Amino acid sequence: MTNAESRGSRISRHPILTFEDKGPVKFFFEGRPLQGRRGETVAAALAANGIRLFRHAEKTERARGFFCAVGKCASCLMIVDGQPNTMVCMEPLHEGANVERQRGRGKLP
Amino acid sequence: MKQTDVAIVGGGPAGLCAAIAASRLGAKVVLIDDNDSLGGQLVKQTHKFFGSKRHYCGTRGMDIAAIFEQELRTLSAEILPGTSVVGLYPSVTRKPAKPTPRPAQGDLFAAEPPPSISQGMLALASRERFTKLGFKCLIVATGAAENNLLFENNDLPGVYGAGAVQTLMNVHGVKPGTRVLMVGSGNIGLIVSYQLIQASIEVAAVVEALPRIGGYHVHAAKLARLGVPILTSHTVLSAVGKEEVEGAVICRVGEDFKPLAGTARKLQVDTICLAVGLTPLSELLWQSGCRMVYVPELGGHVAWHNQAMQTSLCHIYLAGDVSGIEEASTAMLEGRVAGAHAAAQVIGSSPETEQVIAESQAELCAIRQGPFGDKAACGKAKLAECALLPA
Repeated sequence: MTNAESRGSRISRHPILTFEDKGPVKFFFEGRPLQGRRGETVAAALAANGIRLFRHAEKTERARGFFCAVGKCASCLMIVDGQPNTMVCMEPLHEGANVERQRGRGKLP
Repeated sequence: MKQTDVAIVGGGPAGLCAAIAASRLGAKVVLIDDNDSLGGQLVKQTHKFFGSKRHYCGTRGMDIAAIFEQELRTLSAEILPGTSVVGLYPSVTRKPAKPTPRPAQGDLFAAEPPPSISQGMLALASRERFTKLGFKCLIVATGAAENNLLFENNDLPGVYGAGAVQTLMNVHGVKPGTRVLMVGSGNIGLIVSYQLIQASIEVAAVVEALPRIGGYHVHAAKLARLGVPILTSHTVLSAVGKEEVEGAVICRVGEDFKPLAGTARKLQVDTICLAVGLTPLSELLWQSGCRMVYVPELGGHVAWHNQAMQTSLCHIYLAGDVSGIEEASTAMLEGRVAGAHAAAQVIGSSPETEQVIAESQAELCAIRQGPFGDKAACGKAKLAECALLPA
């Protein structure tokens, strides 16, 4: 069962908060063009697109996503613009960013 | 190398209050945070605070962060956002101070030489470069990290810490899932469950291993009114799914917290949110070589400290969750105490310093006398006891 389409939505109505759309940011995930928002992290942009499998662990090859979202658990390491081990929950999204899932330790460019 | 009187690591409530206090009292302050914006975990706290006016009651956490940041920007403190501490060289003198048993107010600095030169150094990394920062005093206000819980498949994508869920939905406006199982009925578990509903996300249930609800009943009642079952004496057995969470198996537990046979049932959820406590982020303090003690009531290993928030290394202070898991209000007060003491150690004490310290200490005492302050108060009392034992 995959409900990524319904899951990856943004909050449209909220009793307390308003989320300002500071403009679209185009980026690529595994070569696929996606859209995020200015001012958000790579992890948030991926989550907003229903993607939460970020990498496969080195020894067990088990699927991993982010756990803490504040740069403390190192579960969200991905390859961004060829740079492996990028902590995407802390990494600001930028126009044209090339985001890939990481397998194992990743290779330095 | 750049020099400062007081270096503060962490720009959450504790670090911000420490920076404001120390700057106001005349010390040169540098505040470092690895996030691009200040406020720490306050920025995602949409609920209104309790307590008195002085503790910003009725104000939402995210607004408190903005108030502090604005105040700090009017002072002379330097702020280094987007910067991580990657090295700590705590002392050039290598002379650890002896932990003193609960010093009386006022005579704290009598036995210690005032630091005239830079006592230690931090190595800092921003996205652009590495730099060094010399300090006379250091305040560690690094906060805490979310605990995980042992159950099958607890590493699947879709198992989040409660803080992560808050960051995603309250800061970025992104739904973490469509149907969530909340694990833990402490205040964080209850508040985040309510916030999920505010964001139009369904909460299937809240499970709690204890036979009673852990947090304030006012929060639990809000959930109950919305029809969210709060299942006490229940736990999560496993997450279902291969590449991400597609369900959860929960069960009843006995008095020994062991699962009871025949009570397991599956819940259709796509997200499991863990609100099962925090652990102090004390790496820098371990590395500094100050004396560490294990106090379960404070959340694990913490640096030994006295009422001045001073560790066994007399020029290293700490404040907030890294000194013991509590709440934002106490973090602010501890920050103020640490900031004032550090400033006094560097530039000397004044009646104003004494006043800041006395007021903050009194408020800390008052807060910890409440029913939920017991645990922290007990933990802090244990610290005072270990001061009498040899290290």
